[in-house]
Amino acid sequence: MEKLTIEQTVVTSKQKIGNTTLKEPWLIRLILTTISLLFLLIFLVLPLVTIFITAFKKGLDVYIASITEPDALSAIKLTLLVAVIAVPINTLFGIAAAWAITKFNFRGKNLLTTLIDLPFAVSPVIAGLVFILLFGAEGLFGDLLSNYNVQIIFSLPGIILASLFVTVPFVARELIPLMQTQGTQEEEASISLGAGALTTFLKVTLPNIKWGLLYGVILCNARVMGEFGAVSVVSGHIRGLTNTMPLHIEVLYNEYQFSAAFAVASLMSLLALFTIIIKNIIEWRTKQ
Amino acid sequence: MKKTKKLAAFLAASSLAMVISGCSSSEQNSSGSTTNKSINLLNVSYDPTRELYEEFNKSFIKEWKDETGQTVKIQQSHGGSGKQGRAVIDGLKADVVTLALAYDIDEIAANRNLINKDWQEELPDHSSPYTSTIVFLVRKGNPKSIHDWNDLVKKGVSVITPNPKTSGGARWNYLAAWGYADRKYQGDQAKIKDFMKKLYNNVEVLDSGARGSTTTFTERQIGDVLIAWENEAYLSLKELGEDKFEIITPSLSILAEPPVAVVDKNAKAKGTEKVAKAYLEYLYTDEGQEIAAKNYYRPRNEKILEKYKDHFPNLDLIKIDDFGGWQKAQKEHFSDGGTFDSIYTPKN
Amino acid sequence: MTTTFFHKKRLTVLPGFKLSIGFTLLYLSILILLPLSMLFWNTMQLSWHDFIKIISDSRVVASYKLTFGTSFLAAIINVFFGTIIAWVLVRYDFVGKKLMDGLVDLPFALPTAVAGIALTALYAPNGWIGNLFPFKIAFTPIGIIIALTFIGLPFVVRTVQPVLQNFSTESEEASASLGANRWKTFIKVIFPELIPAILTGFTLAFSRALGEYGSVVFIAGNMPMKTEITPLLIMTKLEQYDYPGATAIAIVLLISSFMILLIMNIIQWLANRKYSV
Repeated sequence: MEKLTIEQTVVTSKQKIGNTTLKEPWLIRLILTTISLLFLLIFLVLPLVTIFITAFKKGLDVYIASITEPDALSAIKLTLLVAVIAVPINTLFGIAAAWAITKFNFRGKNLLTTLIDLPFAVSPVIAGLVFILLFGAEGLFGDLLSNYNVQIIFSLPGIILASLFVTVPFVARELIPLMQTQGTQEEEASISLGAGALTTFLKVTLPNIKWGLLYGVILCNARVMGEFGAVSVVSGHIRGLTNTMPLHIEVLYNEYQFSAAFAVASLMSLLALFTIIIKNIIEWRTKQ
Repeated sequence: MKKTKKLAAFLAASSLAMVISGCSSSEQNSSGSTTNKSINLLNVSYDPTRELYEEFNKSFIKEWKDETGQTVKIQQSHGGSGKQGRAVIDGLKADVVTLALAYDIDEIAANRNLINKDWQEELPDHSSPYTSTIVFLVRKGNPKSIHDWNDLVKKGVSVITPNPKTSGGARWNYLAAWGYADRKYQGDQAKIKDFMKKLYNNVEVLDSGARGSTTTFTERQIGDVLIAWENEAYLSLKELGEDKFEIITPSLSILAEPPVAVVDKNAKAKGTEKVAKAYLEYLYTDEGQEIAAKNYYRPRNEKILEKYKDHFPNLDLIKIDDFGGWQKAQKEHFSDGGTFDSIYTPKN
Repeated sequence: MTTTFFHKKRLTVLPGFKLSIGFTLLYLSILILLPLSMLFWNTMQLSWHDFIKIISDSRVVASYKLTFGTSFLAAIINVFFGTIIAWVLVRYDFVGKKLMDGLVDLPFALPTAVAGIALTALYAPNGWIGNLFPFKIAFTPIGIIIALTFIGLPFVVRTVQPVLQNFSTESEEASASLGANRWKTFIKVIFPELIPAILTGFTLAFSRALGEYGSVVFIAGNMPMKTEITPLLIMTKLEQYDYPGATAIAIVLLISSFMILLIMNIIQWLANRKYSV
């Protein structure tokens, strides 16, 4: 999503030097900025503030206790484990899919792109359900799995599969428009100069797409960690074993431990804010 | 070109292998339970029993250790009763199920012989070691002066109850109200249905689970009255403030019998039959009954019930058998096209 | 694969077509197509008559209307405000811009259940925002729209933003030097360029909203015929051990989303072709 930063600075400097006709009257700018800020305030900031206020309502002790108790810790561990496995797989997929779609011409491209988008549009409830229909005891592979005593649903593999399903489009979606605008000339030049396929990818393509790639990975990671609906269907909700952080939050909330629930939720929001900060730091560094 | 095909297959295979490798590690978790050192038990239960089983498990673990020297680890899973039943059918490896209604255990028993068909005869009192009933929670001072079911159908009274389609507890609520109307109108179907319609027209939020309804009533402060499990009502008093709410016991309610059962097939496969059975039997001992009573479930044991009688007022209780059992009640009232659906079907 | 589909048409020197397309197709087949085909497999247990009866039941139809209506409105709200936000983020400088930029991703990162709980707390009659209004927001369709707007915002902002960033100011300058005022320039020069991105954002936000469950159940109130969304009905069927019924409704939802996405991708593709020629 982050475009070439050089280009960006060129654009902004041009605007600064360039004629004032490219700018809106200050009143319009003020109104537009105010609208944006108000909208974000009402829809994003206030919910976030609610989470933090409720989290600290009963004091710092309760906050720390609720994120360090064994069930919470195992939920955090499980969530991280799922992310560590699911994100690289979908990153690899995203790169492969974007490469095929943007560097070559073939029939059925629209269909393929739509297929990649589809998980965005599939209800999380359905996303979980289909894996139960597939791997559940009554499902298509149910007998096969129970014969070999392999458990997929209601344990780690099921949670990973559901997370993979939900986040398939994230990396690919970021890369496709980016690589489309970049065309194929640079790579073609590199190949015709005798560079190997891998070298071309690493030296020519990767530097061009790294921001989009990073951004896609960050979003994919955030969604993997935050997925609730699909994972809830396949997890089995066993405390300390198959509860991810979002599920643990629901458990706490249902136990009337609102502060504890929001404490874990605030931890997840911090995680989100943290990745955003990292993104900005990397951006700033490359600009230097 | 052949090489690339192989490579593609290799990449796809290896990424999925990573997923499967996750399953072998989790498998070790469960197969490790067969060693004599420590044993794992999974209790799949419904929402309002969290506090009960947290206390009960501690007591049982100690008891089992003293008696056999074996360490037993008990894992809990909570959720809506129907959802939990479905998870067990779909392969959640529960050793015991402790659910909200017999219907959900019947469903499990109907699938792959997971549970013996006559499970209800295996333990005393229809395999339900504790009971509860349905009461009202109102705001302090009872500003709308709600005392019985007929106060709920009055104009301007806002009622909170979960959706009987998704919540086991809500089905007890529904049947209790039906039972009251049945007695009041002496079985006149049209009048009963009219009563139910008025009642559900007063419902302001139909949450998907019992805990959701409690939150709506207590935290969001919506509604004048919450129809709830007796144990849930007491728990919300305890957790959320005795100064804010009070409990009203109606003239007539229903005897809710949350059942328990060993999931025979799973227990056999995991070698946990003995401990699973002992676990459920422990619910009927004095200790088990005491813990149930402390968590506001009505114990079966008369002596312990007497001890906690302040919490459990006497009232007229109808039974699920008055509806012809759960199979019949489910079909008549809650299946698609049942009486509950007809409440919300617009007349053409 | 068949020879007509997924077959490279133009010759290019670039390597890795077979590798990347093979991996993509295999991965998608295993992870998406196979699981989703289970929906059709399960629904086939129903007769055609029963299938139609389930998906055209009056309560189900009421839920379609609600789900599609609220999703559509939420997507429209997002297009309007999302485009403004993207514009402000790209074109203007002000304190806290970076923070604002980062915040836009919050709905992606926050678990939907948490979002639902937080929004309900805010918009309930006794909440900070809810008590400012004389009418109920949470537990009505308005509450549903709010939750869906929250969920869909990043889709619009994040598709419009890069296009604006890449937008060359030359055509704007040309337009301005020809005497067009700012508004005219925006409508005639900038906006047409944004349409494909806005459309993508709209479609993604819309189809995402159709399936949303976690955040909506908290704020919706779930009253049959009034505030009961279609994903909740699927859940309801599941709780009753009615898999074929659940998958039947799921298929309706899935096909609608798929069609919407497909139409968008075709429009995109047509627009792209116009450029490259």
